[in-house]
Amino acid sequence: MKNLLTIQDLRVYYYLREGAVRAVDGVSFFMKRGETVGLVGESGSGKSTLGLSILKLVSSPGKIVSGKILFNGNDIAGWNEKKMRLLRGSRISMVFQDPMTSLNPLMRIEEHLVETIRTHQKIPKAEAKKKASLLLNEVGIPPERGGDYPHQFSGGMRQRIGIALAIALNPDLLIADEFTSSLDVIVQFQILNLMKKLKASHQMGLIFISHDISLVSEIADRIALMYAGQIVEFAPADIFFSEPLHPYSEGLLNSVPNIELSDQKLNYIPGMPPDLVRPPDGCRFYPRCPYGEDICRRKEPPLVQIEKEHMVKCFRYDGKKSRT
Amino acid sequence: MMERKVELKVVNLKKYFPVQKSFLERLLSGKIEYVQAVNRISFEVRRGEVFGLVGESGCGKTTTGRLITRLIEPTEGKIIFKGEDVTFIQGERLREFRKYVQIIFQNPYASLNPRMRIGEATAHPLEIHGIATGERKKKMVFEMLEKVGLEPAKKFYDLYPFELSGGQRQRVAIARAMILNPELVVADEPISMIDVSLRAKILELMLMLKEERNLTYVFITHDLAVAKYISDWIGIMYLGEIVEIGRKEQIFSTPYHPYTKALLSAIPVPDPKREKKDIKLKGEVPSSINPPSGCRFHPRCSFAKDKCSNLKPSLKMVDKDHYVACHLY
Repeated sequence: MKNLLTIQDLRVYYYLREGAVRAVDGVSFFMKRGETVGLVGESGSGKSTLGLSILKLVSSPGKIVSGKILFNGNDIAGWNEKKMRLLRGSRISMVFQDPMTSLNPLMRIEEHLVETIRTHQKIPKAEAKKKASLLLNEVGIPPERGGDYPHQFSGGMRQRIGIALAIALNPDLLIADEFTSSLDVIVQFQILNLMKKLKASHQMGLIFISHDISLVSEIADRIALMYAGQIVEFAPADIFFSEPLHPYSEGLLNSVPNIELSDQKLNYIPGMPPDLVRPPDGCRFYPRCPYGEDICRRKEPPLVQIEKEHMVKCFRYDGKKSRT
Repeated sequence: MMERKVELKVVNLKKYFPVQKSFLERLLSGKIEYVQAVNRISFEVRRGEVFGLVGESGCGKTTTGRLITRLIEPTEGKIIFKGEDVTFIQGERLREFRKYVQIIFQNPYASLNPRMRIGEATAHPLEIHGIATGERKKKMVFEMLEKVGLEPAKKFYDLYPFELSGGQRQRVAIARAMILNPELVVADEPISMIDVSLRAKILELMLMLKEERNLTYVFITHDLAVAKYISDWIGIMYLGEIVEIGRKEQIFSTPYHPYTKALLSAIPVPDPKREKKDIKLKGEVPSSINPPSGCRFHPRCSFAKDKCSNLKPSLKMVDKDHYVACHLY
């Protein structure tokens, strides 16, 4: 199967007075059609910037410095704004954390949907309206509420509207950035189930960006774990959770409370993520790593392939699962 | 095991907030509406134990924390601390009460004065209560900063909050709450704004201080997994009311209330191989201005009977130490 998306050595920097913040610094990963990649990282790890870069929505002073973004085989990293506009919303779309900020408060939700549809498809208004009510039904909103304004909906309902807008044009790829983070746990569960259903029926690829590794495990086929602007481990989800290889993956998984376990011993990772204007020379995780050696301080480890589709950026692994 | 002494007892505690309306709206409607934030809740916390108060946003858990620490006045009910009714104490007695009961807030970016150095902020309670001055005060602050892991204390003493990370700030908040040697500490979502990899460190610090000083905690959180990790007892709140209380093991092994069950199945677990559960729950949490009659959970409950919409269920004992407010039992 061909890849839906392949990112190769992508670098996105924010140019500030203090210097360039290397928010995304040499990131590579791929996903196939219909798959879900869970893009996980803590605040400041570059996961949101990476999500925005795929749509080329990083705004000044941020800039895509180098690298390739192959979407359906075309490198869109060099595309101009006009070409990107045709892609955005129709082939790749996005849902955000708080849909209230992405919806126009003075527009009825049906108008939002109709406008989105008619921007990309030249169809009569009546037909677009019909499509809009089908979409609302699909995301679990009674179509008769199409005439209501965004503020008349609860948080969970607004997120459903955000999803309806994002899938209105049947995109191949949906990017969801912390999109359930402001919801309560039960509503979050419902929205996640809705997303799984829609993904299957629309055969959509999904990049699910979140800081919550437990949540990501509920939906992802692959995990891309970011640390300080880089992907430190990229693995099939079941392997990532059962046999994490990177010391950061291991540390993070050990610091998450799990309600299925009793008498769990939680750990934490000492220290803090590095400053991305002047990151450490060698491995960026070295200052916090319990296994760090001299080479880690001097040289940046490459992202090596351990097994087919499992990659890790750590000197402890030398193309094999066993540690060197 | 010997029963420990009751440190805090809350009896039928109630807090209604009037809804602010414009002058015109008041003229037209003529009636005042209330947000029923906390509606007649009762529970006990024993010395040296952690009581986890769990619920979704808007369930009244933060209001409860603020009531217990006497930061706001209750509408009705009683707060009994070490056998003494402290519900309406004022002046010197209230000041004395604050020495024993402290609070840690959720947002360490908002709870610290940006113009106060860490040392000053930590020393402030000592000054307010006239406990120490000069060199002795400074020594106490150094000790406290070291205790919460802000080392070297000399360096942190002179820093401003903006120079610290979220986790470090939360440790300052803990130091400030602990410096008076309180007996009861209310912690309101103390780790929810901290990066995942550092959360366990704060929890560990809190547990260490608890063991060392035989502290009692009311730990407020929306995260059942965190509550399970830190608590001895758990109270589940829904729309201003406590629907289930029990020992931690009871709540997790044999939950009774349909809401508790739904919450437990909705929690994500970091294991993709686990069998996915389903929850049968309708809609979202309704407004607490006009909450549903009878059991407040009945419009969302798949087991609701006629009785549930008319009659409010009271907390009934289902096992030793385990109480649930539901007509099913």
